[in-house]
Amino acid sequence: MTSAGMKRMTPYMFLAPAAAIMAVGLLYPIGYMVYASFLDWNPSQLISEAEGVGLRNYASLLGDASFLESTAVTLKFSTIVVVTEMVVGVGLALLLDRNIRGVSVLRTIFILPMMIAPIVVGLMWRYMYHPSVGIFNQTLKGWGLEPVPWLSDADWALASIIIADIWQWTPFIFILALAALQSLPRSALEAARIDGASGWQQIVHIKLPLMMPVLVVTGLLRLIDSFKVLEVILVMTNGGPGLSTEILSLRIARTASEFRELGVAAAMSNYLLLILLALTVIMFVYNKVVDAREAAVRQAAEEA
Amino acid sequence: MSNRTHERQNPAFYALITVLVLMSVGPIYLMLTTSLRLNVDVMSDASALLFVPTLQNYETVLCNVLWYEPAHVGYCDPTFGRALGNSLIIALISTGITLVVGCMAAYALVRFRFMGRGAMSLTTLMMRMVPPAVLLVPVFGIWTFQYHLDGTHAGIILVYVAMNLPFVIWILQSFIVQVPIQLEEAARIDGANALQVFFLVVLPVIKPGLAAASIFTFRIAWNEFLIANALLDRNSRTVPVTIVNSLTEYDIDWGVIMATGMLLAVPPIIFTFVASKQIITGMTAGAVKG
Repeated sequence: MTSAGMKRMTPYMFLAPAAAIMAVGLLYPIGYMVYASFLDWNPSQLISEAEGVGLRNYASLLGDASFLESTAVTLKFSTIVVVTEMVVGVGLALLLDRNIRGVSVLRTIFILPMMIAPIVVGLMWRYMYHPSVGIFNQTLKGWGLEPVPWLSDADWALASIIIADIWQWTPFIFILALAALQSLPRSALEAARIDGASGWQQIVHIKLPLMMPVLVVTGLLRLIDSFKVLEVILVMTNGGPGLSTEILSLRIARTASEFRELGVAAAMSNYLLLILLALTVIMFVYNKVVDAREAAVRQAAEEA
Repeated sequence: MSNRTHERQNPAFYALITVLVLMSVGPIYLMLTTSLRLNVDVMSDASALLFVPTLQNYETVLCNVLWYEPAHVGYCDPTFGRALGNSLIIALISTGITLVVGCMAAYALVRFRFMGRGAMSLTTLMMRMVPPAVLLVPVFGIWTFQYHLDGTHAGIILVYVAMNLPFVIWILQSFIVQVPIQLEEAARIDGANALQVFFLVVLPVIKPGLAAASIFTFRIAWNEFLIANALLDRNSRTVPVTIVNSLTEYDIDWGVIMATGMLLAVPPIIFTFVASKQIITGMTAGAVKG
C-alpha cells in the first residue's frame, strides 16, 4: 500500500520544483499583471495604494494614436519578416539539399547569427548603418552614389531593422526546412523521379506538400518569436525616428519606465499576450489536427 | 540536373554558398576588426583595409581585471569588468538550476500518467510564448515590493529560471521520448528506484539533449537585457545593460564598444563551434518529427 502510494507520488515529486518555480516566477507575475492592468499605478506607489480604474486603461489604449501606430508597426514588421524569411529560408534549403562535403561546417556558420546576443547584433548593424563610417554608405560613396539615411529616415529605418532581422533569423528557417527535407520518405521522391517528374515538379508536388506540417509550425514559431524582438531595435533606433520602428515590446518598456504608467503598460502587455495566445492556440490545434490525420491515414493503411 | 550527380555541382552553386557564408560571417568579422582599431582610425576616411591591430580597446574594457595596468588607460572604469563577473555568475547558476529542474519535470511529463499532466503540459506550452517585455511590469512590482529581491543575483536568477523552464521542458521531452523504455525497465527489475533510474539511466542517455538545452538557456540568460535593466542596480548589472548604457546618441567610441560586444559574443560563438550538432538537434526537436 505504501509502495503504491509512493509510486503515485513519484511524478509529482519530479514535477514539484519546476511547478513551484513557474508558479512563483511566471504564473503569479502574469496574474499580477492582469490585476495591475485595471489600476492607475505609477512606480513610486505600492500596488495596494493604486486606484482601480476598471477597463479605462484598455479603453483609452484603443483610442491612443501612438499605441495603434505601434501595433501597426509590429504587425507590419512581423509579417514582412516572417514571409521573407520563410521564402528565402525554404528556397535556400531546397537549393542546398545536396550531398556535398562540409555541410555541417556550413550549418555551423549559418547558426552563428542567432546565437549572438541581440544587443550585439544591434550594435553591429548600427555600426554598419552609420551615416559616414558605416560599410553601406562607404560602399555607396565608393560607387559614386548618394548615401542612404539608413536609420534616420522613417521609411528606411523600418526597412533597416527588417533587413537586420532577416539576416539574423533566416538561418533558423533554413535549418528547420533542411531537416524536414532530409527526413522526407525517400520512396516518394524515388517514385516521382522514376515517373519522370522534373526537379521543379518534384518540389511543387512532392517536397513542399510533404514538408508543409513542419513549415507551418516553423512559421508560427518564428511569428511568435518575432513579437519578442526588442533588443536589436532598441540598440539600432530606440523606436525612432518618431514612432516608425517602435514595436509593441518597446512601447511597453517605454510606457513603464519613461511615462511611469504601469497600469497602461500592463494593459498593453495583455493585448500583446492575447495576440500571442491566439497564435499558440492555432499552432497547438494545427499540430493535433495533423497528428490525427496521420493516425487516420496509418489506420486506413493497416486495415487495407 | 538529377540529384545523383553528388560530386560535381554547378559553379553557380558554389558561388551562392560563398556569398551566403560571407553574408553571415561578414558583420561578425567587421565587428572583430573594428574592435582591434583605435577610434581615430575608425572615424577616419582612410583605407579600411590597412591598419595596425591593437588590443588597446580590450585593455580599456578589462582594465580592472587585468594583472597589469595598461599604460594608455588614464582612468580605469571598473563597470565592465564587474558586469562580466555578474553575467557569468548569473548565467551559469540559472543554467544549472533550469537544467536540473527542467529535466526532472520533462521526465515526469513523458513517462508518467497522472492527474494534472495535461494541464501542466499545456501550461508549459503556453508559457513558452510569453515575451520578456510582458514580464517587465509585474516582475518589477513583485520583486521590488513583495519578494525584496531587486538588485540581487538571486532575484534575476529566479526570473531567468522561470522564463527558460518551459522551453527546456519542451526540448527535453522530445529527447526523453526516444530513450528506450526497456532500458528503464531493466534497471527497475534490478531494484533501482525512480530517482536512481532517472539519474543513472536516463540522464546519461539524453546528454546531447542536455547540451542543447543548456546552451539555449545560457544564451538567453547571458544575452537578456530588458528585465536585467529593470531589476539590477549599479553593482549587480550584467554586460548587456552596461553596453546599452554606454550607447549615447553621438560620439560613440566604436572601438571600445565593439570590444565589449566581442567579449559578450565570444562564449556563444565558442558554444556554437563546439556543439553545433546538438544545437541543431535541439532546434529541430520540437518542429520536425522523426
